[in-house]
Amino acid sequence: MASNGKLTGKQRLGWTVLTVVVLLYALFPVAAILATSFKTQADLGNAAFLPSNWTWANYEMILVGDAQELFLTAFRNSIGITLIATFIAVVLATLCAYAIARLNFPGKRIILGTALAVSIFPVISVVTPLFNLWRNIGLYDTWLGLIIPYLSLTLPISIWTLAAFFRQIPWDLEQAAQVDGATQWQAFRRAIVPLAMPGVFTTAIIAFFIAWNDFVYGISLTSTEAARPVPAALAFFTGASQFEEPTGAISAAAIIVTIPVVVLVLLFQRQIVSGLTQGAVKG
Amino acid sequence: MSSITLQNLVKKYDDGFPAVNDISIDIEDGEFIILVGPSGCGKSTLLRMIVGLEDITEGDLLIGGERVNEKAPRERNLAMVFQSYALYPHLTVYENIAFPMRLTKGKFTKEEIDEKVRHAATMLELTEHLDRKPANLSGGQRQRVAMGRAIVREADAFLFDEPLSNLDAKLRGQMRAEIARLQRELNTTSVYVTHDQTEAMTLGDRVAVLKKGLLQQIASPRELYEQPANLFVAGFIGSPSMNFLPGTVEGNVFSTPLGKIEIPDRAAKAGAGREIVLAGIRPEFFDDASQLSEAQLSKGTTFTAEISHSEWMGNEQYAYVSYETDERVQDTLRNLAEEMDADELRTQLVVEVDATSRFRSGDTAELWLDTRRMHLFDPATGENLTRDAEAGAELTREAREDRKRDAERFVSRQS
Ligand SMILES: Nc1ncnc2c1ncn2[C@@H]1O[C@H](COP(=O)(O)OP(=O)(O)OP(=O)(O)O)[C@@H](O)[C@H]1O
Ligand SMILES: [Mg+2]
Repeated sequence: MASNGKLTGKQRLGWTVLTVVVLLYALFPVAAILATSFKTQADLGNAAFLPSNWTWANYEMILVGDAQELFLTAFRNSIGITLIATFIAVVLATLCAYAIARLNFPGKRIILGTALAVSIFPVISVVTPLFNLWRNIGLYDTWLGLIIPYLSLTLPISIWTLAAFFRQIPWDLEQAAQVDGATQWQAFRRAIVPLAMPGVFTTAIIAFFIAWNDFVYGISLTSTEAARPVPAALAFFTGASQFEEPTGAISAAAIIVTIPVVVLVLLFQRQIVSGLTQGAVKG
Repeated sequence: MSSITLQNLVKKYDDGFPAVNDISIDIEDGEFIILVGPSGCGKSTLLRMIVGLEDITEGDLLIGGERVNEKAPRERNLAMVFQSYALYPHLTVYENIAFPMRLTKGKFTKEEIDEKVRHAATMLELTEHLDRKPANLSGGQRQRVAMGRAIVREADAFLFDEPLSNLDAKLRGQMRAEIARLQRELNTTSVYVTHDQTEAMTLGDRVAVLKKGLLQQIASPRELYEQPANLFVAGFIGSPSMNFLPGTVEGNVFSTPLGKIEIPDRAAKAGAGREIVLAGIRPEFFDDASQLSEAQLSKGTTFTAEISHSEWMGNEQYAYVSYETDERVQDTLRNLAEEMDADELRTQLVVEVDATSRFRSGDTAELWLDTRRMHLFDPATGENLTRDAEAGAELTREAREDRKRDAERFVSRQS
């Protein structure tokens, strides 16, 4: 936003209104789910926003009750698969983006072009052939069977983000550090890594979100609790009897699933500050 | 502190481009050397070869008498101020300046580092900015931080790559004086790349003029100005640049498109028997004849010319005289203009006269020319035919003595 120069009263009012509207629009569904997760079964059909009786029953059900088995294993799957996929994507993307930003080699544009093409390919058209292939080679319903397609989702965007980020790093600094008395490794460690870290963190978070939020692969390539991630598992929740909707339990699960994401953002907020490369060079 | 010796240095880039071609320079301990030349002539490349960021294709580089071709930058103990200042954006000004010392583990104690940083900061007037990040500093302040980082190290030599090129005129003047003072004070061998005339003339003990990777001449600013080795140096040094007037020498008469001009014996002898020569005349070699005394007039030649227009600058006045160039030298002059990064071929004589002269466009004026100071050049080779090597060497010798005296004076004032 307009960070330089003071805002006039009118501008400030405008921004405030706009921010509030956007926040309301974005957070209302979350608030609704949060409220729903505290409602009792009887309360669910009730049109009121807030529960008439606050209850932990839904949380109890998925954490210690009937749905515990279903939810907790799915939660574990989600965290494991997503973290591994994110880690691999970021490591590979860092190496790749470094090469793209710093070296001149034939096929550079092809790599970037292919990455873009892969990322715009609709997931749904890949999933059926993948389903057959995975069943044939035994990757169906395994962690690896999800990690690989998740890489295809996260790698291209990671490469693009990081390459764009690395291009902005003033690589002169590496040489300056060497002249200042650093070894090549020290120069990289002390002059480049601190500047590259925010980019890597940002990319990691984006990659994590993409993998965490996936539903299509999760539901299509798993069949048991061996690898089923949370978004897919939610669809398998059942009510106490078959006439009851499991809405309350699903809401509670959705809230719990959101927590790691929020924690992650809060944790790395400081690392994501952009504009850290400013000031290295002349005005 | 160290001497630096370049012996027949050659740099060929991977794509085969010869950026530096057989350059030899002896830089004395404590000397301030300037590298100038048009864009792309290899100045930065040469500097980066000295500091170790660019491999040396051929030749030897000696620092303090020791061959360092294969040494890594950090083993050469040189400090460099980069064309982009290359400050570490994630570190404060303090940490930026302390950075080189932090890398030498165990050599400096915490207190020593602190003292040195603060000393440098005082010298560069950065004390109140020590806790700030480079992003929040002005261009001049960033430049000073870069300087600070260079001087705390007690490096054997300073290398500067156009450190002032992005500053505005006023700040540039200020920083120029600052750098000159600092260099004298520390008496550290320095190599300074620039394409700014003023920086070259005011800062350097000696100036090396480069063209397309070749060393054209290395001499004190005065020698370059008064006894240039060739057409390129003559045209490159000086602003406004030297006029090149084509003509033929017959006896003591030089026939030019502006008429016949009488020249001294020395020039006459140098130009004799040549089909055509170029007379190099600086704008200030001319004067308004009507303002000069008889005695003065007799030292040169007077001739009349039509003034096409004039510019009054307050402290001086430039008058322009158009003339028909000779076809035989047109190619030479066009090449020269290209090599010097000049916009176009100038077919006007620039004449500098006193501000009180009343030259208007269209006037026919009587101009006086100090023929003793003009040079004749061979248009084919560019060689200066009238160069007095002896006198030139004397000028450079004087500059060297001046520098020594400066250094001694400073030392005695210190004690
Ligand atoms: N990495 C490189 N690979 C190939 N050629 C290069 C490379 N770096 C520079 N050159 C070439 O070498 C020549 C000299 O470059 P250099 O940077 O030394 O010029 P310069 O004199 O510093 O110019 P400027 O005043 O514009 O900074 C140029 O013609 C340039 O094109
Ligand atoms: Mg340069």
